[in-house]
Amino acid sequence: MQEQEKASLAQVEETGSALSPYAVEMREICKAWPGVVANDHVNLRVRRGEIHALVGENGAGKTTLMNILYGLVRPDSGEIYVNGERVHISGPRDAIRLHIGMVHQHFMLIPPLTVAENIVLGQEPGGSLAIYDRRQARELVLQLSARYGLPIDPDARIEKLSVGLQQRVEILKALYRAADILILDEPTGVLTPQETYELFDVLRTLARQGKTIIFITHKLREVLELTDRVTVLRRGRNVGELVTRETNQAEIARLMVGREVLLRVEKGPARPGPVVLRVENLHARSDRGLEALQGVSFEVRAGEILGIAGVEGNGQSELVEVLSGMRRATAGRITITHVSGEQRGKTYDITQMNAREERLVGVAHIPEDRRGSGLVLSDTIENNTILGRERWPRFARARFILRLREIAQWARRLVREFDVRTPSTRLPVRALSGGNQQKVIIAREFASDPQLLIAAQPTRGVDIGAIEFIHRRLIEQRDAGKAVLLVSAELDEIRSLSDRIAVMYEGRIVDIVTPEASEEELGLLMTGGRPAPSGPPRAEQAPAPDESMS
Amino acid sequence: MFWPIFLRVITSGDLWQASLQFAALLLLPALGGVISERSGVVNIAMEGMMLIGCYVSVAVTLASHNVLVGVLAAIMAGGLLALVHGVVSIHFKADQIISGIAINVAALGLTNYLNIVQTGGQGIPSLASSLRLPILSWGPLGQLPFIGQVLFQQNIVFYLTLIILLGMQFLLFRTNLGLRIRAVGEHPQAADTAGIPVRLLRYACVVSSGLLSGLAGAFLALGVAGTFNPNMTAGRGFIALAAVVFGKYTPLGAAGACLIFGLGLALSVRLQDTGIDSNLLATLPYILTIVALIGLVGRTVAPAADGVPYEPGSAE
Repeated sequence: MQEQEKASLAQVEETGSALSPYAVEMREICKAWPGVVANDHVNLRVRRGEIHALVGENGAGKTTLMNILYGLVRPDSGEIYVNGERVHISGPRDAIRLHIGMVHQHFMLIPPLTVAENIVLGQEPGGSLAIYDRRQARELVLQLSARYGLPIDPDARIEKLSVGLQQRVEILKALYRAADILILDEPTGVLTPQETYELFDVLRTLARQGKTIIFITHKLREVLELTDRVTVLRRGRNVGELVTRETNQAEIARLMVGREVLLRVEKGPARPGPVVLRVENLHARSDRGLEALQGVSFEVRAGEILGIAGVEGNGQSELVEVLSGMRRATAGRITITHVSGEQRGKTYDITQMNAREERLVGVAHIPEDRRGSGLVLSDTIENNTILGRERWPRFARARFILRLREIAQWARRLVREFDVRTPSTRLPVRALSGGNQQKVIIAREFASDPQLLIAAQPTRGVDIGAIEFIHRRLIEQRDAGKAVLLVSAELDEIRSLSDRIAVMYEGRIVDIVTPEASEEELGLLMTGGRPAPSGPPRAEQAPAPDESMS
Repeated sequence: MFWPIFLRVITSGDLWQASLQFAALLLLPALGGVISERSGVVNIAMEGMMLIGCYVSVAVTLASHNVLVGVLAAIMAGGLLALVHGVVSIHFKADQIISGIAINVAALGLTNYLNIVQTGGQGIPSLASSLRLPILSWGPLGQLPFIGQVLFQQNIVFYLTLIILLGMQFLLFRTNLGLRIRAVGEHPQAADTAGIPVRLLRYACVVSSGLLSGLAGAFLALGVAGTFNPNMTAGRGFIALAAVVFGKYTPLGAAGACLIFGLGLALSVRLQDTGIDSNLLATLPYILTIVALIGLVGRTVAPAADGVPYEPGSAE
């Protein structure tokens, strides 16, 4: 392995470095999928030993471009040069041979296999026909891990590892294949702040050791913090190549979106009213039968946004499902109190209600799995705007026969109000972009005039422009006196929108803090750590102005 | 009346000899199923591949007057049919269940047709013993009481099956190639990005399942029945499928399952003297299959990408 690596360096010195300062050069790359041009004459130049950011909105063609470099996608046209030499990459095997490694957004690891098995897979000691040499594989992994300072247990099964450690395995996997050029596709999306810092340290060290790193992201802060240069893509085209030191977030955002973007969420102070949602000692099991919620209690008041922060998989998804009637609680109690409208003052126990019943008592839900449980993708925008409310007298005669004209008008109104970009409301929702699909859901849920709004990952996979819009609308709902429960894996989103932040860890709410809590403090709570005594400011239950109402 | 006969039956060497023979007959296609599903291709067509193997083995043996040629032809025929399944499900990414059903139905019709055309509807007569697969002689070992009959008076294919069983267990769980096959069945994208040729391995595994099923067909026709009858596999390929799941997708597990099903088959034959209706008895192994699947196994976890065609780099 080491010899292999030395040989590759020697080769670079002979052929590449003298001629070209670029480790990777992609020229005029074009790739079209049916109906979409993913890359339209894209150029990318990455210097040897630098950390290069590749940024752009969803669908800008970043991943496609990198999949082309890694051989997973064949370009329609264009040229690729590695260390100054023209290359043809027709599969990952070619890329590996050229010392290109990729850490994918969705990890390419096999859960039931061990760390060592995953790392050596495809290049096991002894070759394909040999008996698998567990001891040597172990040894190789330990050597590699010591050399790059990435400690790992080679015998652990992937499925037992945290996401951060799984990512470490992915990096080791690339290094085991003697990668000199390392591509990371949105690597921080699933990490805690601490894990992100660690990753950045690792990447800086690797760059110092001469590795070239291409870092795909849409988080501008990370670009400024980590990278040397930036290539910006928009709708499959180059729109900028910048030196990180000489630019700022606003400039990159403008290039990505094509217009000025408001990066900060503007909001006034919350004016919390009486309690709308009360959750007491809630317990529930996950799909695998594990205790996903172990006694969760909290309250959300009218006119406030309660954010739920946590590393994914600590019970947030189950919490949202139980609250929205998609999963049964095994113990505990959930109540909703109306603070406005005809039923003002009325309290409902919704613990055992299903999703349809909950909608009738004023719960709106933006589900985290937009495509799976938020929309019927193959159905029209019109029908999707009444989903779950199709039996309301407004939309159906005798709860049964649809009032088609009324529905069409309703859909047109929502599309206009919520700026859904579509030529027609008769199109299947599938034809819309992710951001516009999300707007359809948001329009439908907001329009039902709920008492409680549950928003789970409301901006996941959505463009910066649409994020801005969604954030503004959530604040509007708050200011209109709705109780908003926001669950998000994006800590920045939680911090900028929430009035109070509840941190979940292993099925419990470990603390409720104010948004002024620092990222470090939140990160510590998210990983089960206890804050220092001087720790984050506790969010005191704001005294409700008129408790008598409820 | 029932219990004395039952006791006599289950203590006889005949029953256990037959059980092992039936088990080996089920195990060959089951091993095929294991390797195919481990690589991520669902194969429910072992029944059809086995039936083709039955017919081809008899037809070619009669034509060539050579058992070995007949057996090889049966293996090739099974492999060829599996290749069809491979092309349909790997290359064209069609539904693997539908492809399997089509192959099963087509194999049944094709063998019936060829049988009628060849014999003019008379049926194939019983083969001379020189044209059958022989019992392997172990000399004095075969004379041991009980053990001799059960273990050392078996057909030559029985012993071959044992070798294949151990070989496959070793291949899948102790070799680099086995690691790659399991990787392909669990997460083909990951295997591909690690530089493993996903499709090639899947083809190899699917074709292997056909080769093994073809051999099983030859065993049934040339070793057990000594002739070809229409639909003579009688659902064994499907029981083998159950054995794959029951055995948690491992060769040794499938072997355990086949032993139980083999005993059921043997019992249904031997218990006919007890006066229980033979049609009812014939359902015994199948009822056992259902009971095993719902009761005894608990949850078996199929390879994560089993039945999912591989689309490289399609997702943005």
